[in-house]
Amino acid sequence: MNDKMNKKKEPLTDTQLLMTITICIFIVMYVLAMLLLKGGFLHAQQIFDLLNDNASLIIVSCGLTVVMIGGGIDISVGAVTSLVVMSCILYLNKGGNVIFAALLALLIGLAFGLVHGLLISYLEIQPFIVTLAGMFFARGMTTILSVNPQKVDHAGFEALRNTKIEIPWLGYVAKNGNLVPARMELGVVIAFICVIVIFLILMFHRLGRNFYAMGGNQQSALMLGINVKRTRFLSYIISGILSGISGFVLMMHTGAGNATNAAGMEMNAIASSIIGGTLLTGGVGNVAGTFFGTMTLTTIKKIVVSSGLKDPWWQSITTGGMLCFFILLQSIVLGRRQKKKQA
Amino acid sequence: MQEECLLKLRGIGKRFPGVRALHNVDFTLRKGEIHALMGENGAGKSTLIKILTGVYQMDEGSVEVDGKAVNIHSPQDAQNNGISTVYQEITLCPNLTVAENMFIGREGGAWVNQKEYRKRADEQLQNLNIPARSSQQLGSCSLAVQQMVAIARAVDMQCKVLILDEPTSSLDDKEVNMLFSLMRDLKKKGVGIIFVTHFLEQVYEVSDRITVLRNGQLVGEYPTSELPQVQLVAKMMGKTLDELSALEDTGSRVEATGEVFYKAEGLSSEETNPFDFSIRKGEVNGLTGLLGSGRSESVRAIFGADKVTAGKVNINGKEAKISKPIDAMKNGIGYLAEDRKRDGIIADLSVRENIILALQVMNGFFKPISRSESEAFADEYIKALKIKTASTETPVGSLSGGNQQKVILARWLLTHPDYLILDEPTRGIDVGTKLEIQKLVLQLAKDGVSVTFISSEVEEMLRTCSRLIVMRDRHIVGELKGNDLNQAQVMKTIAGGEAE
Repeated sequence: MNDKMNKKKEPLTDTQLLMTITICIFIVMYVLAMLLLKGGFLHAQQIFDLLNDNASLIIVSCGLTVVMIGGGIDISVGAVTSLVVMSCILYLNKGGNVIFAALLALLIGLAFGLVHGLLISYLEIQPFIVTLAGMFFARGMTTILSVNPQKVDHAGFEALRNTKIEIPWLGYVAKNGNLVPARMELGVVIAFICVIVIFLILMFHRLGRNFYAMGGNQQSALMLGINVKRTRFLSYIISGILSGISGFVLMMHTGAGNATNAAGMEMNAIASSIIGGTLLTGGVGNVAGTFFGTMTLTTIKKIVVSSGLKDPWWQSITTGGMLCFFILLQSIVLGRRQKKKQA
Repeated sequence: MQEECLLKLRGIGKRFPGVRALHNVDFTLRKGEIHALMGENGAGKSTLIKILTGVYQMDEGSVEVDGKAVNIHSPQDAQNNGISTVYQEITLCPNLTVAENMFIGREGGAWVNQKEYRKRADEQLQNLNIPARSSQQLGSCSLAVQQMVAIARAVDMQCKVLILDEPTSSLDDKEVNMLFSLMRDLKKKGVGIIFVTHFLEQVYEVSDRITVLRNGQLVGEYPTSELPQVQLVAKMMGKTLDELSALEDTGSRVEATGEVFYKAEGLSSEETNPFDFSIRKGEVNGLTGLLGSGRSESVRAIFGADKVTAGKVNINGKEAKISKPIDAMKNGIGYLAEDRKRDGIIADLSVRENIILALQVMNGFFKPISRSESEAFADEYIKALKIKTASTETPVGSLSGGNQQKVILARWLLTHPDYLILDEPTRGIDVGTKLEIQKLVLQLAKDGVSVTFISSEVEEMLRTCSRLIVMRDRHIVGELKGNDLNQAQVMKTIAGGEAE
């Protein structure tokens, strides 16, 4: 009885608080868009479009959230995604098999994660520098593989790519009277699986809790008996593997690749994580928040376009503004907490 | 009857390059005992603790826990042998819950059962009367509670020996009492506690026994009830009381009678309690007290190096506001900081550049000091203070400690201050240079400069100061001048014994 009373009174942790803020803002923003802009926002397909377009971004953002919770950073994710797309396309076009292509994607991601993790954890080199080098390397490799844009030409893969999950009851009746069901790509399912798996690891697995401990205070984590080096190593492995998956998902979405694929994706992923309540200083964050962070970021871009500001710089400007807004909000909210505690 | 020995250290020795940090030190901890480990700076307390916790390896000696010889090579080893340490800085993760902080890094299972953790944590917290909820985020607890959570973790790990390293330095009185009652509880449960602190009163409040170290050697082990506070201070400082009384006052200097240059009323910073302080023109006064008594914190407040929270300051009879170092410098105050390496020299810059630094700051960066001018200044002070350096362009980091200190002195002298604060100017430098600095201080006073001198060596202060302000546990507890300026009196005041 008493226990239950206590539980109810417990204030949210920083992670939960920041995530709640993001989700609320996302909902408010979306409802406003529905009320003011109408159009596509009134159809459920709008949300599925956002998901279809950004499944790979959601996946890399999850990886980045893991790394950032541990107090690190990985800016190679976009370039690795691009390299995976290009490698898989070339492999498939040579008559490869889809399953091996998926394995290839995982392998490339794992290889990058492995090298980054080794250099950062065991040789103690700055993560920013290491992953910057990884980014340039992956971009260069992509260009070496093919300077020209490539298109997938593979029957099996096309079949997979065109498999879409149709949800009739979320569809709408078009002007000609036909029912258009809501369509979701397979990549979105993969993205959801990634979010859920990472969520479970972060919340309930020893490794996940160690990420939080390490990001909260590295010295303390060490004193508490956590193998900090291995923990950090594994955070980069996770980020690497997720970049590989993201590449495969992006390829399933676009069916084509070129050397500038997924340009700037790492920055969008960092922005998504931050908007979702992950602190750059580490120790605070959650992939559920990151998911909503990605959605918030992409929705705002969509809103900008729908309002008639079609030039690409408007999207960049709003992204910048959003980031500023969220970082300010986070520091104000957390700062007020700190003050309240001292009072 | 011999009580049960928990921990037995015999003949512990440890060398660092050029220093013998510990030499043949014995230490015994009994079951259910709170044992204070005392000593001044450099006595070897922290080295001993670090050997026990596996941070350092000892060169010689033996460690026995519960009668069994053990080797401690890492913090993990220490924990496995039942030795847990709670440090002054909290070594827990503020972003995790209290329960997780108690169990993380210990349990083997892959999946974490938060519910189970919370249940066990609540039991332990209740058991130890710690006012925290297991599901609370640690960062939302007060520092005292965080420290107690660290202790709860140690207790939950079945620790037999609990080392508390300066646990009370950031707690207020109420929190200290909470911690003490927890310590007494643990004592009843048979845990042996090693209590390291610089607060003398706290030692007498909770400890059963005191071991005193000095200069890396064992001075002795005493039951707390049989060692009066004055004796303890004398032992820590390495003088017996008889010796002290025998020493005649070496130089009760004439009290300065000039105008008051600096006067503070109720001055306080984030690090100090409010205090009053004043100094006359041409006066040398000193702040004394044990390490951690608040000497440095007080002068830092005067100089505006810590954030000043309250108080009125008068300089030359006019009200002045000093909230940051540059304000103090503009009012003619110079401050030679305690930690030469951190707050003093810039090791990679040359002697010349280090000397002109303060003057340059005072002039503002838009009025650069010309090269020839700065060389002239550097040459002048290198000669005046006899700084041993190859040239004006030698990086300061390559000079000896004493010469580095002189460079910083030169830096302040160049600004021609009216009031110079010297915090431990003679620490870690050779005897000859020490004397030179003392002479310089007296010379400055003769020229009308006010000087506040802080030193751990009482003799040195008696030679230079005409008025000594004694601090204990962050309060000014006495002021000595004239005939009271002798070692015995200083010791008594520091220890809190009333003057006879």
